[in-house]
Parts: sequence; C-alpha cells; structure tokens
Amino acid sequence: MQIQKNSGWRLFLQTVFGRSYPRVIGMQREKSWLFFDLVLPLLPIAAYVFVYRAMRAPEEYVGFVVFGGAMTAFWLNVLWAMSSQLYWEKEQGNLALYIMSPASMMAILLGMAMGGLFATSLRAFIILIVGSLLFNVQYAVVSFPQLLLVFLLAMTALYGMGMMLASVFLLLSREAWHLSNLAQEPIYLLSGFYFPIKSLNFWVAAFSSLIPLTLGLDAMRQLAFPSGAKLGFLSVEIEIAALIVLSAIFLAAARVLLAYMEKLAIREGRLTESRR
Amino acid sequence: MEIKNQKSKIENLKSAIRSLRLATWLGWQIESNWTDPFLFAVYSIVKPIASALILVVMYSIITQNDFGSPLFPYIYLGNAFYIYVGAVMVGVSWAVIDDREHYKTLKYIYVAPVQIPFYLIGRGVARFITGSVAVFITITAGVLFLRVPFDLGAVNAPLFIVSLLIGVIMLAVVGLILAGITLQIAQHVGFIGEAVAGALYLFSGAIFPLDVLPEVLRPIGYIMPITYWLELLRRSLVGSVAQAFPTLARFSDMQLLAILIALSLVFALIAIFVFRYCDRRARERGLIDRTSNY
Repeated sequence: MQIQKNSGWRLFLQTVFGRSYPRVIGMQREKSWLFFDLVLPLLPIAAYVFVYRAMRAPEEYVGFVVFGGAMTAFWLNVLWAMSSQLYWEKEQGNLALYIMSPASMMAILLGMAMGGLFATSLRAFIILIVGSLLFNVQYAVVSFPQLLLVFLLAMTALYGMGMMLASVFLLLSREAWHLSNLAQEPIYLLSGFYFPIKSLNFWVAAFSSLIPLTLGLDAMRQLAFPSGAKLGFLSVEIEIAALIVLSAIFLAAARVLLAYMEKLAIREGRLTESRR
Repeated sequence: MEIKNQKSKIENLKSAIRSLRLATWLGWQIESNWTDPFLFAVYSIVKPIASALILVVMYSIITQNDFGSPLFPYIYLGNAFYIYVGAVMVGVSWAVIDDREHYKTLKYIYVAPVQIPFYLIGRGVARFITGSVAVFITITAGVLFLRVPFDLGAVNAPLFIVSLLIGVIMLAVVGLILAGITLQIAQHVGFIGEAVAGALYLFSGAIFPLDVLPEVLRPIGYIMPITYWLELLRRSLVGSVAQAFPTLARFSDMQLLAILIALSLVFALIAIFVFRYCDRRARERGLIDRTSNY
C-alpha cells in the first residue's frame, strides 16, 4: 500500500490517526476484552452496591456507585494507557523510534488519548447501562447539554493531565509502574468515585478537585440524580468553569513539559535505558 | 528400580524447594529494590489504607459514624484480610505478565532447571510479605482510631494461625489457575488477577454478609474457600462479631476449618489440571515469549 508523505498539520493529523488506530482496532483483534473489560469491572461495582444495601443506604447511593464505577474506566485508562504508556514504549523499544520519526510527540500522545478515550467511552457506557439495569438506578437528568458539556470538559482535562503525566513518566523507569499502581485506590478515595465528595473535609475536596474527574463526577451526579444537587460539592456552573481552567492548564502544561522532558531525556540518555 | 524412583522423587522435591526459594528472593528484589526502604514502606501501606478508608467513609456517611454496630468490624476486618487475596493471588498470576512482557525472561525461566508452578508461587511469596505488613497496619489503625473491637485475650491464636496458613496456600493455588489462564491471553487484560480478586470481593462475603446477595448468587459464595477463610479469621479475632450474622452461624469453627481444607484441596486439584493444560497449550502455540502492546 502506498502511504502518502505528509508534513505540517497533515502529518500531525496522520500521526494522531495512526496512534489511535491500534487502540481502537485492538478491541476487534482481542475479543477477550469483552469479558475482562465489561463483565469483571461490574463485579466490584456490585460489591460496593451491596455494601450500601447492607447498610440500608438510600437508593441514590447505588446510582452514585454505578456512575463512579463506570468512570473508573477512564482513570485506569489515563493511568495505564496514557501516563505510563511512554514508559512501556521505552521498555518495548518503541520510544526511540517515535523520537526519531518526523511525527510530533504531542500528536502521538493525542492519538493515544483519542483512541483510548473512544475505546474507554464505549466500555464505560456499556458498564453504565448494564449496571443501571441490574441495580435499577433511577436518573433524573436536569440538562442533557450541560451533562454532555461536563463530560467532554472532564475528559479534555483528564486526558490533558494524562498527556502531561506521560511526559513526566518519560524520565521514570520502574517507578512509573509503581506510581500508576499507587494512584488507583487513593484517587478512588479522594475523587469520591463511590460516595459524594462533599462528605470529605472541604479542603480535602478542594485539593482533590485538581484531578478533573473529581469535579466532573460531582457535576455529572448533580445533573443526573434527583438528590445530586443536594449532595454536590460546588454548583455545576462553578465546576464547569473550573474544568475549563483545568483543561487549558493541563493541555498547555503537557505541551511545555513534553518539549522539556524530551530534551532532558535525550540529554541524559534516558530514552533507551531500561533499568530493570 | 524402587531406589531410582525414590531418588527421582527426592530430586524433584529439592528442585521444587529451590525454585520456590529463588523465586521468592527474586520476587522480593523486584518488589522492593526500585526505591529506598522508607518510600517502599509508604507505598506498601498507602493503597490498602486508602482502600479501607473508602469503606470507612461510605459507612460513616450512611450510619452517621455508628462504629459500634457489628457490621463495621465485619466490613473492616473482611476488607483488611482481603488484602492477602490481592497480594498472593494477583502476585502469582502477575508474574507471568511481568516475566513474559516486561522483563521478557519467561522463555529463559522455562529453559532453566526450574519447576514453573513453584517458581510462580515463589513470586507470590514476596507479595505475601508486603501484604502482611499492610494487613497489620490496616487492622492496627482500625483498632486505634476507628474503635474496631479487639481484645487480645479473647483472640483464638491457634485457629487464627492455622486458618491464615491454609488460606494463604489456597490463594497461591487459585493464583496458579489464573497464571495458567494468563499464559493464554494478551497483556492488556493482564489485570486478570485483580479482576478476579474484584469478583471474589463480591461473592466471598468479604465486606458484606452473603445474605445481602440475591439468593441465586449466594451458592457462588458457598463454593468459594475464601468465604470460609474470612469467616474463620473474623471468628478467631472477634468471635462475637461473626456470630451477629446468620450466614455461617450454624457451622462450628472446626466444621468451617474442615470445609476450608476440603475446598482448598479441590482447588489444588483443579489448579494442577488447569495449569498443566494451559502450560502445554502455551508451549504448543508459542505463547511463552508473546508480547502484546496496544
């Protein structure tokens, strides 16, 4: 097959498409994901649902768990398939090839993000639907456009954060894996994946809001559940504004840090190292 | 002929012990030598503490901080001991992905004079050590700060030690089943151990009594050895709490122990057959040195 040689923005787009392609097509090639990515994540969600039922919690908390559980897919994707991906690429020997190619690293990261976002959205959506049907979750959406806006902003900020972290992880070796591993349960706790973030101390919740999913999840719950607004941390408008700011900061920081870290990694000879 | 067979058996046993010992040492080095001891200690306890705190926050929101209810120690202790499930079971199965895809050494391990099942179990032992620290700290924090009822004089130490030991061996055996399955699948589902641990979290009554589950799902919990193991651990530490829930109240401690041993033996047999089958299939299909990175 003849591949057209491009440069400039065409090359940028071609790179984005090229890197997102394996993320999406991988789902077709490896059918096992249907079981591992859809059925198994439902089980811990169900466990938390039954914990709430054992405590005789109000039913909206069941909805909070299903919603939060579906959103964990995005956090895991950002952690393992964005932040630590460049470390994996380094270990696999691909990173040096990326740097040598005329493609922009920003485009490569964006491709990873878009492919990952597409694949993960599909998974999260299915988990949400199945979880909602299984546990009879009742929604009362206040505004669909706002809900969509919050989701898109939260994803932009989150994947921007993933791109930024990926550049930081570029310098790491085995620590990258351990850091990603460490950032699961503590983030589930701080971001209120299974309970309203308002239940935490104000300053803890404010600090946690640096992670875009915290505000995104809180705003989406306020917009999707009857008692969501009562249990919300800040008003939806403020959370939307904060997400816009976070998106801008993380995307800009990703660009600056990536350029800096790439130079630093090249200077220190860490692009091909493999400290095992 | 008889003496020759005897010698061969002794050699096999020696080889199994050597594989286990060296894999334990290797696993410990891999787990711990990426950072300094202090950071490693922090890393080892942050995850389980955060996991316990999720439940504590959920509980405190709903019950308005009623930590005196028997449900709280039930949830807290079940969750604390469940750390072993994640540590040992996941440790054994994750070793396949780690060696095959990350370090790319699985093929060398296969051609070395090593018994693969014992090697994989040995890799899980290191996680058992770090898991033990996490369990200890989680329970201590619960007793000191969250009023988990704990009377050292009332602890049934022999029952605790025997149950813990049998349970850890049982978890390693289940890990071996998962390791066999992991040999067949790609890296991006490398979290199969964690996923199964998540599934068992639901069915084993770790954080809520099995009676809360729909009736149709309860039998899954009853055939899982982890269910009886967690009940025995709870009973040995805080007997009165375990008795507050009817699920397994009709069984005495000895009956539970007998069920745990019997189910562990069944799972051990399954592990032998599943791992042998998966191992042969992986060799036939060239999966031992497979790498998959999407």
